[in-house]
Amino acid sequence: MDSGLIDKLAGVVGKDGVLTTPEDLAAYSYDGTFAEGAPDVVVLPRSTEQTADVMKLAAETRTPVVARGMGSGLAAGSIPAVAGGMVVSFTRMNRILEIDPRNSTVFTQSGVVTATLQAEVEKLGLFYPPDPSSIKHSTIGGNIACNAGGPRCLKYGVTGNYVLGLTVVLADGRVLRTGGKPIKDVTGYNLNGLFTSSEGTLGLVTEALLRLVARPRHAKTALAEFDSLDNAARAVNEVLAEGIVPASLELMDQTAIACIEEAMHLGLETDVAASLIIETDGADEATVTREAEAAGRICRNVGARTVKVAQTEEERAGLWKARRSISPSLARKAPNKLGEDITVPRSAIPEVVQKIRAISQKHGLPIVIFGHAGDGNLHPNILFDKRDAGQWAKVEEMVREIFAVALAVGGTLSGEHGVGVLKRPYFEQALGPVSVAVQRAVKAALDPLGILNPGKMFA
Amino acid sequence: MKAVVTGGTGEARPEESRYLNCIRCGLCLSVCPTYREYQKETASPRGRVALTRKGLEGRLELSPNLVEQMYGCFACMACNDACPVGIKPADLALSMRQIDEGRHPAKWKQWLFGGLVGHAWRMEWATLPLRLYQRLGLRRLAYALGLRRLLPAKLRDLEAMLPRLPQRPLRRVLPEVTPARGEEKRRVGFFLGCAQSLLFARESEAALRVLARNGCTVVTPKAVECCGMPARGYGRMDLVIKQARHNIEVFEKLDVECVLTDCATCGSTLKEYAHIFEGDPEWRPRAERFQSKVRDICEFLASIPLEKPAGRVEGRATYHDPCHLRRAQKVWKEPRKLLALIDGLEFVELPEADWCCGSAGSQLITHYETSWKVLDRKLDNVEKTGADVLASGCPGCRMQLQTGLRRRGRKVRSVHPVALLDEAYENADRKGAEGNVGENAAGGE
Repeated sequence: MDSGLIDKLAGVVGKDGVLTTPEDLAAYSYDGTFAEGAPDVVVLPRSTEQTADVMKLAAETRTPVVARGMGSGLAAGSIPAVAGGMVVSFTRMNRILEIDPRNSTVFTQSGVVTATLQAEVEKLGLFYPPDPSSIKHSTIGGNIACNAGGPRCLKYGVTGNYVLGLTVVLADGRVLRTGGKPIKDVTGYNLNGLFTSSEGTLGLVTEALLRLVARPRHAKTALAEFDSLDNAARAVNEVLAEGIVPASLELMDQTAIACIEEAMHLGLETDVAASLIIETDGADEATVTREAEAAGRICRNVGARTVKVAQTEEERAGLWKARRSISPSLARKAPNKLGEDITVPRSAIPEVVQKIRAISQKHGLPIVIFGHAGDGNLHPNILFDKRDAGQWAKVEEMVREIFAVALAVGGTLSGEHGVGVLKRPYFEQALGPVSVAVQRAVKAALDPLGILNPGKMFA
Repeated sequence: MKAVVTGGTGEARPEESRYLNCIRCGLCLSVCPTYREYQKETASPRGRVALTRKGLEGRLELSPNLVEQMYGCFACMACNDACPVGIKPADLALSMRQIDEGRHPAKWKQWLFGGLVGHAWRMEWATLPLRLYQRLGLRRLAYALGLRRLLPAKLRDLEAMLPRLPQRPLRRVLPEVTPARGEEKRRVGFFLGCAQSLLFARESEAALRVLARNGCTVVTPKAVECCGMPARGYGRMDLVIKQARHNIEVFEKLDVECVLTDCATCGSTLKEYAHIFEGDPEWRPRAERFQSKVRDICEFLASIPLEKPAGRVEGRATYHDPCHLRRAQKVWKEPRKLLALIDGLEFVELPEADWCCGSAGSQLITHYETSWKVLDRKLDNVEKTGADVLASGCPGCRMQLQTGLRRRGRKVRSVHPVALLDEAYENADRKGAEGNVGENAAGGE
């Protein structure tokens, strides 16, 4: 990389905000996947103004810019896909700028860790619901870039449902401010929606104004264990049909349960076909309890082997610990895992799970299945060893088949991880040529030089 | 720490699975003190694991800068505990230091860890000028004349780190056997740690008093050497092995039911001796027998019936968890339990009590700026509690915390929890006679 550019970058963000050693570049060459791609320089800005100046320098020199938060993404969206670029990491933009309890909003820099933001607003009795499994190690900016979801999204919606306004540094260094504190706003296009889930391909989100709700004061969590996966899926539908909207409704299949138990020793029954974790929450304890018990009753009626309702906060935490540790526990089984996040109509869950199992058997590699059953978002995880070329070829074929299964039932490639590099080959198949052309046109209008996160999504 | 040791200084190449299985989820970033200060991936456990992997796979050179990232780790082990996969990033960083040391041995390490730290009497001689400096009133004079201001900030901090040293090293003063007060219920060994017995000698004496009062005859072999932690931290496993063999032999000759230590760091090292002798048919079983007897003093006292102290210690106390106690030994309830026995002492939990204080052995010397950043956060938390007594069972943490408290001009005294217990006992004995805490009472600064 041109040392003149390095000096100019240091002039903007200070010397300690520009990283160029081989060790630094190696540390910014990965995310939460197995993919790798090293930048030529890493820049750590502290403000919107600095980010804008950095972007201007990038535009002048046609340098590709890849936005990054804490690098926990699962689609390789925040690592360079083309050679010779700049990673702009927002981890030092970690100040919460304003919490406004009267309007229930928070205005924050984009590098704030999601769990930190949640803890701060909760001190004031407020609540920021989106809860990706990576809440402790992902940033608000990254959550917005991927429109992150999480278990609670069944009731509360995803990250995008909480974005009221954004500060975005555009590809030429201009600063765009969208939205504002009013909840309703139809003046112009929905630019918040446009930049949410754009994965750093349209602009760099440096600040966000987020909507908050009142913190639910009570929660009740139940675990239902089933001898048949079909019955578990039926239970999901019947609970929702009953008019109960749990905060979350999580499904773990036998492979997932066995995996957690092996890693965590939580005392889970490992011979069940599937388990559901059902959590109700709200302001009124009696309602919350009644709903949890009703959901438990429905599970029993459709053939659950056992239903346990957590009686203490400790028991509740234990159930969630189990759910949250699935993904990492998988790593104890194989050197690599590829976690997909297809989303299908709820009614198709049993069919899709059966077909994914068949794919696993056909290719002889394990697939562990869990997910947010309430909104049809499934996480089939293929376990493999990437060093074995034969296995890797199989994995690519299996992914293709899993996506085909999802699309065939009217589902989608990704519910919450994003497209990044990993799902790029399937993008057009999923959306069709017209949709891709429209998206290309938007991209061309906002990033005519093609320097924002090149090689991602469809670009 | 599983490592295959080969060669003179012991190059240990960690098994592949120890870094290959990292799924790079990033959870460890949320608990790492150096990441928290710099918000930079290179200063994170995941970053160090990635560098380890690339270095060992030959994709990156084991350059001085790469090795420096391994020394940048404070070895607090919070990442070891957080990792859902079981990768131990902190241990990997130590393995990498060892590999580098094997390839580029540093003479000063042989001199310091093999020559000086390896022999207690040499340490005692080496600290003589410091003792004289304090005893002859030179220290007071230096403070009064403002001479310390002539020192560079870093040296000034090091000077301030030094607690008031005893007139004569504890090893010379202590009897080999301290009999139980009253009927002997147990016979225990006591490992004289270098830092604790040289720098906080009055507290080690206090620990012996507490043990004796509770029916323990304490055997304190003078022949013990350094536990090995300093050499381990600087990549010299060969010296650790030597020291471990010596210490195991010393205690094998004694008839004691357990080996106690009042130093978190010594405890964590002594309890891991078996790991060092992986694959050694003679020493591995001996090390296992030895380490199964090792207990931290708080862990031990909390496990036996204790006489409730009749005296009081007035104050508002909080407790800092040394990493070598909480992370390495999972001992954290026990010291709190002991503090709860003391009447008059109001206990307030320290926010982020289990976060590193920034000492990490010698990080204040080698990584001055980072060490201070980490320490400042700890001190802010101490101030939030409003405590005037800060208890902790690690001499390294204690020196660090005292330095910070002094720099901030805070009247918070730092003390070993067992020394507080001793104070409560002693205050009861002295009640009426003198009425207050005298020079004999342990307590430190």
